Amino acid sequence: MPESKTSFAEPAAPDFANWSCPLPLADYPTIVMGHGGGGKLGNELVEHLFLPAFTNPALENLGDAAALDLGSGRIAMSTDSFVVQPLFFPGGSIGELAVNGTVNDLAVSGATPKYLSASFILEEGFPLSQLAAIVESMAAAAKNAGVQIVTGDTKVVERGHGDGCYINTAGIGVLRNGIQVGPHRAQPGDAILISGFIGDHGMAIMSVREGLEFESQIRSDCAALNGMIATVLDAAGGSVHAMRDPTRGGLASTLNEIAHASGVGIAIDEKSLPVRPEVQSACELLGLDPVYVANEGKVVLFVDDEAADVVLDLLRGHPLGCNAARIGQVTAEHKGLLVARTAMGSNRVIPLQIGEQLPRIC
Amino acid sequence: MKYLNEFRDGEVAQRMAREIHAVTTRPWKIMEVCGGQTHSIIKNGIDQMLPAGPEASVEMIHGPGCPVCVTPLELIDKALAIAAQPGVIFCSFGDMLRVPGTDKDLFQIKGEGGDVRIVYSPLDVVELAAKNPEKQVVFFGVGFETTAPANAMSVHVARRRGLKNFSVLVSHVLVPPAISAILSAPENHVQAFLLAGHVCSVMGYWEYPPLAEKFRVPMVVTGFEPLDLLDGIRRTVLQLEQGKHEVENAYERIVTFQGNQPAQKMLSEVFEVTDRAWRGIGVIPKSGWRLSEAYREFDAEDRFQISGIRTVESPLCRAGDVLRGVIKPAECGAFGKQCTPRHPLGATMVSSEGACAAYYNYGRFLSAEQLAGAGSGLTHA
Amino acid sequence: MCLAIPGRVDEVFEENGLKMGKVNFGGIVKRVCLDFVPEIAVNDYAIVHVGFAIERVDQETAERTLEVFRKMGVLEEELADGEEAALMAARRAPSNCPDGSCEPASQQVSESASQRGSVTGRE
Repeated sequence: MPESKTSFAEPAAPDFANWSCPLPLADYPTIVMGHGGGGKLGNELVEHLFLPAFTNPALENLGDAAALDLGSGRIAMSTDSFVVQPLFFPGGSIGELAVNGTVNDLAVSGATPKYLSASFILEEGFPLSQLAAIVESMAAAAKNAGVQIVTGDTKVVERGHGDGCYINTAGIGVLRNGIQVGPHRAQPGDAILISGFIGDHGMAIMSVREGLEFESQIRSDCAALNGMIATVLDAAGGSVHAMRDPTRGGLASTLNEIAHASGVGIAIDEKSLPVRPEVQSACELLGLDPVYVANEGKVVLFVDDEAADVVLDLLRGHPLGCNAARIGQVTAEHKGLLVARTAMGSNRVIPLQIGEQLPRIC
Repeated sequence: MKYLNEFRDGEVAQRMAREIHAVTTRPWKIMEVCGGQTHSIIKNGIDQMLPAGPEASVEMIHGPGCPVCVTPLELIDKALAIAAQPGVIFCSFGDMLRVPGTDKDLFQIKGEGGDVRIVYSPLDVVELAAKNPEKQVVFFGVGFETTAPANAMSVHVARRRGLKNFSVLVSHVLVPPAISAILSAPENHVQAFLLAGHVCSVMGYWEYPPLAEKFRVPMVVTGFEPLDLLDGIRRTVLQLEQGKHEVENAYERIVTFQGNQPAQKMLSEVFEVTDRAWRGIGVIPKSGWRLSEAYREFDAEDRFQISGIRTVESPLCRAGDVLRGVIKPAECGAFGKQCTPRHPLGATMVSSEGACAAYYNYGRFLSAEQLAGAGSGLTHA
Repeated sequence: MCLAIPGRVDEVFEENGLKMGKVNFGGIVKRVCLDFVPEIAVNDYAIVHVGFAIERVDQETAERTLEVFRKMGVLEEELADGEEAALMAARRAPSNCPDGSCEPASQQVSESASQRGSVTGRE
């Protein structure tokens, strides 16, 4: 199957040899309105593209809903939609984002992710080869994260709408026994940890948009965090008060949200924020601040001060957390505000950004 | 990054700040003209490091060097009108997207279906024009002297390539007339200037000695990184304490007295001096550039002939007073209330280097005690 | 105005009648127009604004400037006797000392803060 990570040229066409239906999809190299119509064309997409990629018993029943076993514990459910442009970028695609993003939402809530739904809204004319590449990457991501994609849907919108491909997901997970994490649970004195470099994903996207060449390419950090989080919760679950993955709006937005939800202040040290040198340079060039740039494979944790070193070691021992760092502390001062100590020794407030950060020249 | 990070050394900065404390014996007011310097001062808390005693102090007054902030409302409204037209690709630097016109901003026009694009370089706009011959490609040419050579080059290249669908909406403003206007105002209390380092790298600083002489104020060409700003401030204070009024260059690694000759040559070919209205300030004579006769065909205002613009500024907005350094943002009655980055009344609250936005975003509505409390929250690095 | 960043010129070439280059900003390489710095060469540093080099960075001057900056205030600190050193320490901006062996940061800042008064109430 086409490897979408190494280049942005259009992925190769899927292998149509096994597609033996009366209307072979090879005759329709692009998506047409009929693919969303619930008829033969739509069924072929399911039979020959989605099913083989996502293969699992629940899905194969092809019912209107998937019948699942979840045990008797409490359940966590999340939902998200993915509209990223470009669809393929260094380090991933909309497919990985969709699976990993959903898995991560469940994992940072203290749940073990189990099942996902995947709904596609496709634009008429969207190349099948690109859809196949996206689906393949979702299958790989799901396998890697240990989750199954058990139900889905496809709709097609007219040419000119839909930016090629939008994906909506819902995710279901089983909450760990006794887990008590939430954005409202951060307490003064808590240590704040980040699992690695910030700003990789947003700058990887921006680099494609702005045509920035990099000697060493900035790749999205898109990754499933449930394995690493499980390691931490297994060892120190009682000491973790809050977790979040800082996606859109970056670290700054996430910290502001938690400060607000928990009614606490947050103090961080700018010098301790881990930023890849190329990401720093790209941000300088475009006038962007890394604290506002999106991440797709990082988690922020608020932990008991006493447990901080243990958790930091656990993170650093995991391939996804090798650049983990302690970046600050929760305080009872300046409630609801995120304040950073600058390299100059002065303090500055880092507020919620209005809308997306735009490149600037001034 | 080389020649950038070294000039952000916190320890050296603190030592330099102590030097400034050591030489300051009276209260001084220094204006940094350039919005980029305002941004850097507030973000790095440079102003927090300066002496602030009852008798010896250095106060930074933020000047109108924010081209986004001073672009006249009427021109913004014209830009919006052009961008909303079908068949137009409207290109702009990111800074202009959220500047409020009378009703809307470019971002909203984009949301309503206008083809508005953010560009990094003016040459990108020329390429767009070449690739889209059936569309009118318009570039919002905003900026001080730093940006003008790049904008001039884009028009020059467009003419050389015979592009008939390229035009520029020009809003260029000049620093020396602004300084003159500020110093001439009866309510002025600015005693010295930090001159804009990148403007001077293009234009040199030969224009300033007559001003320094006429108004008897010291002026120091200053860079943008914390160490550069502190050095510029230090030299300015030294001059003030010694009663001097000279023009000094504290940004020697980039700036020469004559400036960049090839850039100035391009400027004199493509642009000519004109009177310009500065939003919030009014018309300053000979304070801007427009396209010269030879290049007038590329002027978007001429090409699009937008009429019937009725501009209405918010009566609450005191951006003009902020831009002239008469008040600090927090002293405006609407600051943080009717006027916030989410609902800006004027350009100084929108622009990334506008003083009001800088104050709001970097928390200058907190008292110094509250900010100090923030520091005590950190016990680990 | 004027977000301009220094970068190293890695390549120089001509395109469409303009002198162009590939400039390296700490690992990020961008195409930049070098037409305003005709004398610039590979391995020189340029200051770049909106995709144009507006001047060459004089590296010798840059190093010299840094030297001067780094020396500032060092001699005074070394020579100061105990009392002066304490005064200087008091004026110093708050440190980020992790083990608390320096003066508590909040104490120092409060001193200068009470001199300055509230930021919003100023003037």
